[in-house]
Amino acid sequence: MKKPKYDLVIKCGRVIDPALGFGSEADVFVKDAKIVKITRMSKATKKEISALPEENIIDASGKLVTPGLIDMHVHLREPGREDKETIITGCRAAAGGGFTTVCCMPNTTPAIDNQETVKFVLSRAEDADARVYVVGAITKALEGKELAEIGDLVAGGAVAISDDGSYVQNPEIMRRALEYAKMFDIPIITHAEDEFLFAGGVMNESYEGTRLGMKGRPAVGEVIAVLRDVRLCDFVGGKLHVAHVSTAGAVEAIRQAKKEGVNVTAEACPHHFTLTDDEIGKEFDPNLKVNPPIRTKKDVDAVIRCLVDGSLDCIASDHAPHSEEEKDVEFDQAPSGMIGLETTLGLVKTQLIDKGFLSWADAIRKMTVNPARILRLPGGTLEKDSVADITIIDPDKKWTVKKDNFRSKSKNSAFIGWKLSGKVFCTILGGRVVYRS
Amino acid sequence: MKLRSRHLLGLEETTASEIKLILDTAESFREIIERPIKKVPTLRGVTVLNLFYEPSTRTRISFELAEKRLSADTINFSRALSSVTKGESLKDTVKNIEALKINMIVVRHASTGAPYFLTQCTGSNIINAGDGRHEHPTQALLDMFTIRRKYGRLEGLRVVLVGDVKHSRVIRSNIWGLKTMGASVAICGPSTLLPYEVEEFGVDVYTHLDEAMDGADVVNVMRIQLERQQAGLFPSMREYTRLFCVTKERLKLLNKNYTIMHPGPMNRGVEITSEVADSSSSVILEQVTNGQAVRMAVLYLLSGKQREE
Repeated sequence: MKKPKYDLVIKCGRVIDPALGFGSEADVFVKDAKIVKITRMSKATKKEISALPEENIIDASGKLVTPGLIDMHVHLREPGREDKETIITGCRAAAGGGFTTVCCMPNTTPAIDNQETVKFVLSRAEDADARVYVVGAITKALEGKELAEIGDLVAGGAVAISDDGSYVQNPEIMRRALEYAKMFDIPIITHAEDEFLFAGGVMNESYEGTRLGMKGRPAVGEVIAVLRDVRLCDFVGGKLHVAHVSTAGAVEAIRQAKKEGVNVTAEACPHHFTLTDDEIGKEFDPNLKVNPPIRTKKDVDAVIRCLVDGSLDCIASDHAPHSEEEKDVEFDQAPSGMIGLETTLGLVKTQLIDKGFLSWADAIRKMTVNPARILRLPGGTLEKDSVADITIIDPDKKWTVKKDNFRSKSKNSAFIGWKLSGKVFCTILGGRVVYRS
Repeated sequence: MKLRSRHLLGLEETTASEIKLILDTAESFREIIERPIKKVPTLRGVTVLNLFYEPSTRTRISFELAEKRLSADTINFSRALSSVTKGESLKDTVKNIEALKINMIVVRHASTGAPYFLTQCTGSNIINAGDGRHEHPTQALLDMFTIRRKYGRLEGLRVVLVGDVKHSRVIRSNIWGLKTMGASVAICGPSTLLPYEVEEFGVDVYTHLDEAMDGADVVNVMRIQLERQQAGLFPSMREYTRLFCVTKERLKLLNKNYTIMHPGPMNRGVEITSEVADSSSSVILEQVTNGQAVRMAVLYLLSGKQREE
């Protein structure tokens, strides 16, 4: 029997590929885990695919077909806290949220501060439902004292370095890290919160924090941390990426630095463009505890504004699984972080697209080609011969976030019970369907 | 007239008529504790857990006495002697004790919202005896009770709360309660101990004690803790005392028939001089006595609101 010309055909969807500037109805053809072409179906191709088994044809009528989404900021907890998440379960969650690529942060136990651990993570990810890229540590054990073997990390496969979860508090160390990383042309991802200014803080410093009597993590702590790193980057060169920007002051600092030509990029998380700190006092839900904390309406508006004007390049989930036992405690005793891989797409649609801030193309750009360029990853586009990572989105599908439906091993979402619009319909990794709704 | 909630978590959400009900009810209990036999059978068969995760002398004793005088059975829990030191969570600790069939929990805890947390994982009535820096409603109720007994009203009085506003749950609860009851409220402390956007509380904010006390009726002085100085929030106790100690000289600024209050424990000679604390205008010990009556009232009113199944 003649081998079929295509392994997979996605027909009649609206294809959105910001990298190609493509945005119209078309069919996507996949062969050998690669994109063969995107085209309007001709009579000849119709005939060609008529021989294909039914399961190799996906009818995407009324759906959006986009490059596989990339989440450049997740915590997969392996090695060390496999009770919260493993690389396999985290990637199942990614697939269920429409992400074909995730970048995992190094604050595991032990930390990903050496080549062996990078290789361990990559080996664990071989059969996972998403591609995993590793972000290595800036400093040994993320202690902010001595540089990790950055060259070795990169040689092992790390695509960036970060001490995420902690700020590199010593400016001399950060300066040297930026300088040193230049040799490998990788970005440094900064978790920008000055530790002296937030010591012991559990929520935003604001009237809400004052009313509840909770120790604050002031916005100025993030602003100062961003300004310092931006100035260091301007001074020594290198590439700086600011993780999870949460304050009006920090987005303004980034906007200004970009205008000056500093090589800085930045991301925003769904909880920072959605939630405000007055939610906390309602039920003291520990799932609302996150670093940096959820802020005020003014900050949310500024984050959205800078997503719109492009000062914030990417949308990332900062997926941070924690066990129910650890989260089901008093608010200030709970660990910080919330899961996000499975709610990001719905929140982007509901909070940004439906409210008229971003078009689908703008939103997809921030979850595909932008992170791919920053980290120099393959993918992020449906260009001919690129890897067949594809996300098919049901753009107006209404759904309710339910605890029992999470594929992640952890359930610590602040959005349980929320009604969202927009959901992944099908996730394809290297031509293989890894999730179908 | 009844309380709306089966818990007392704070005064921010408590209405004027509820506060009035508690204070009026406390009047009758105040009379009982002056009797030779200070015990009534009101809460017979009710078991109350005093769950104290933070050290406390007067609040714990006050609650315990209030419970005993209402004939409730009481159990005392203190963190240091418990399985918490073995790593047991608040939720498990309470569920275990509750399995012994208790009815009410009086809780003090270092975390804001811990009393709310208990309402979500237990079936008991919860009374907040201080959560973090958030609220300490019975302290504010007894402060208001004490003021009302002296002046016959709260409305229109000028009350100054002096001290560590940032870290004080007593000040927060007093702000809510006094504002609700129509008093005029001022707060005063070093600017480093005034929390962010404190003016949003809707009170007058001062950093100079003389200005704050000028024309006031009541001064309620809070304890200043040495650890705040050590955390770099002000330079020295000496300077704090110079700027914020309620001294005899400063009393001249107050209205006639003024009142001096302190929730205790006092640092004599630091935030208040002994001369002032022990003066005839001081109601500091009266506060302690009244505290019992107010807590009896709260226990009584909430016990009538058992779980609605």
